[in-house]
Amino acid sequence: MAQSKPQNVFAPWDDPNEVPLIRFRNVTKRFGTFTAIDSLDLDIYRKEFFALLGPSGCGKTTLMRMLAGFETPSEGKITVDDVDVGPIPPNKRPVNMMFQSYALFPHLTVEDNIAFGLKRSKMSRDEITARVTEMLRLTRLEKFARRKPHQISGGQRQRVALARSLAKAPKLLLLDEPLGALDRKLREDTQFELMDIQEKTGTTFVIVTHDQEEAMTVASRVAVMDHGRIVQVDTPAGIYETPNSVYVADFIGDVNIIEGNASPAGEGRVSIHYAEGAQPIIAAADHIPDGQRVSFAIRPEKIVVGTEPDPDRTNQVRGRIVDIGYLGNVSTYHLELPGGQKFSAQMTNARRLARRDFTWDDEVWLSWTETAGVVLTE
Amino acid sequence: MNRRLSWFNVTTLSLGFAFLYLPMLILIIYSFNASKLVTVWAGFSTQWYVSLMGNQQFLDAAWVTLRVAFFSSTLATVLGTMAAYVLVRAGRFPGRTLFSGMIYAPLVMPDVITGLSLLLLFIAINLDRGIFTIVLAHTTFSMCYVSVVVSSRLMTFDRSLEEAALDLGCTPFDAFRSVTLPIITPAVISGWLLAFTLSLDDLVIASFTAGPSSTTLPIRIFSSVRLGVSPEINALSTIMISIVAVGVVSASLVSKRAIIRQRQEELAGVRA
Repeated sequence: MAQSKPQNVFAPWDDPNEVPLIRFRNVTKRFGTFTAIDSLDLDIYRKEFFALLGPSGCGKTTLMRMLAGFETPSEGKITVDDVDVGPIPPNKRPVNMMFQSYALFPHLTVEDNIAFGLKRSKMSRDEITARVTEMLRLTRLEKFARRKPHQISGGQRQRVALARSLAKAPKLLLLDEPLGALDRKLREDTQFELMDIQEKTGTTFVIVTHDQEEAMTVASRVAVMDHGRIVQVDTPAGIYETPNSVYVADFIGDVNIIEGNASPAGEGRVSIHYAEGAQPIIAAADHIPDGQRVSFAIRPEKIVVGTEPDPDRTNQVRGRIVDIGYLGNVSTYHLELPGGQKFSAQMTNARRLARRDFTWDDEVWLSWTETAGVVLTE
Repeated sequence: MNRRLSWFNVTTLSLGFAFLYLPMLILIIYSFNASKLVTVWAGFSTQWYVSLMGNQQFLDAAWVTLRVAFFSSTLATVLGTMAAYVLVRAGRFPGRTLFSGMIYAPLVMPDVITGLSLLLLFIAINLDRGIFTIVLAHTTFSMCYVSVVVSSRLMTFDRSLEEAALDLGCTPFDAFRSVTLPIITPAVISGWLLAFTLSLDDLVIASFTAGPSSTTLPIRIFSSVRLGVSPEINALSTIMISIVAVGVVSASLVSKRAIIRQRQEELAGVRA
């Protein structure tokens, strides 16, 4: 009876009337002769959970430290709420940071750590107590209020650091590799906890991470960085499904890349000739000039492996199984095409292993649709 | 596991320690000698300690020495800590190498030269020599020791703690006072104790910079020994040895214990 309304999607970056909270305009940062950030433009909106993702040394930490005020841009302007924050020292910014090392004050108890920033604002003592209690409740640390940082576990320390940086209700919270020190299980739990807290407090979060899974899990948008530049900014799904370059495709998840020459193959399609005598790959793509050198990127899970070609899928290629990685729920097939190209495909193990029709060294068919991969010119 | 020391090790150790401490041990033993003759043992007595208490000259000198040691070590601690902070924190500023070299130079400078140059300075600026000048002189040479102790602590100090304090609204000075200082306190205390001990037993620099009314204990002892060693001196030296020993031992205990403990706490705060 009740008709489901289309869900209200959070996408302020698509709304032309929305004013970004943070704007980077042509920001460059140099350390001596080394350029850490290279004329970068970026908008981050209110209530976003924004991830800066990249390998170490790509400039993501420098970008964050400029927001916190520990570094000043060599050129360009950073505004928060339309205020140029360039000349504002870190202690005057409406920004708080959660440090990679947590940086908890070892000589103070958990509650004093959380109250540290509040005591330096104009709050009355009662307000401070109330706020600390609220933060302790939010991060489920009530029982540990009077302990010192060395008397609690790693996960609890992480929550103290979070509570401390959220206590002053900053407009913007910066998180520097916040979960790097936690073990895998705890990290996954904490990711969801972070998202929950972000939603509850409505604070804008900017997270720096080199862990693509983490960025994909928590973020509303991800900026992939390389050598001081932003390569792509998009939603996790956008980054994964439609990477704009080989770099992004390769950085996020597993991918097969095949290089070839493109030629038009009808409306919105190109055929990619990648090896002498091989059937060209047909893929959906626009505006690719004839003869352009392209890279075709396709995720392993988008490929179907079978003893027969799949008639519903345009692309059908023969391959030989070199190796099978059995992961329980899925298996990864390492394959070799007749031209010698290495390929990997991933299939859900829907059937019992014993009933699988192919094994090592078998000749199989790989099939995928026209829209399964992306054609990249960079 | 073989925890017992071999005969060779035992011999080496005892010879080494004998070389270091036998003279002091003999001095301590003879301070309890009943005889007035230093080299003849005539039974146990504490009479020289009693007569020392009645020796106004020595008591005055001891009081001067304590005051000088207290003020100079305090001043040296403040300046040495500031210097260490600048050296470790300020990064590469022009002249940093020169600055650090100049701070550590007094460590290897002969006392005679330090003393003489200070004497010349005080004469040049027409400063009357007295307790104040000794304090200045002792501050000069003991400050580098404080600076060495404190800077070695600061080097292992996680910088992000200070950044966190700034981030939470502290001014740089407030961050130093409420975060850095409490954490490096053990190193500062052991630096102070070291400076105190150094000032206590300095003879050379003090004799250059002392005035007629400000004779320190080492000067007093040295001048009276020239007239012959009295057993009172032995008693006095024993007391000084104890004070210095207590100072050095507690300095190392304070720094070792607290630094180990704080290191653990800090590691805990830093790494999960």
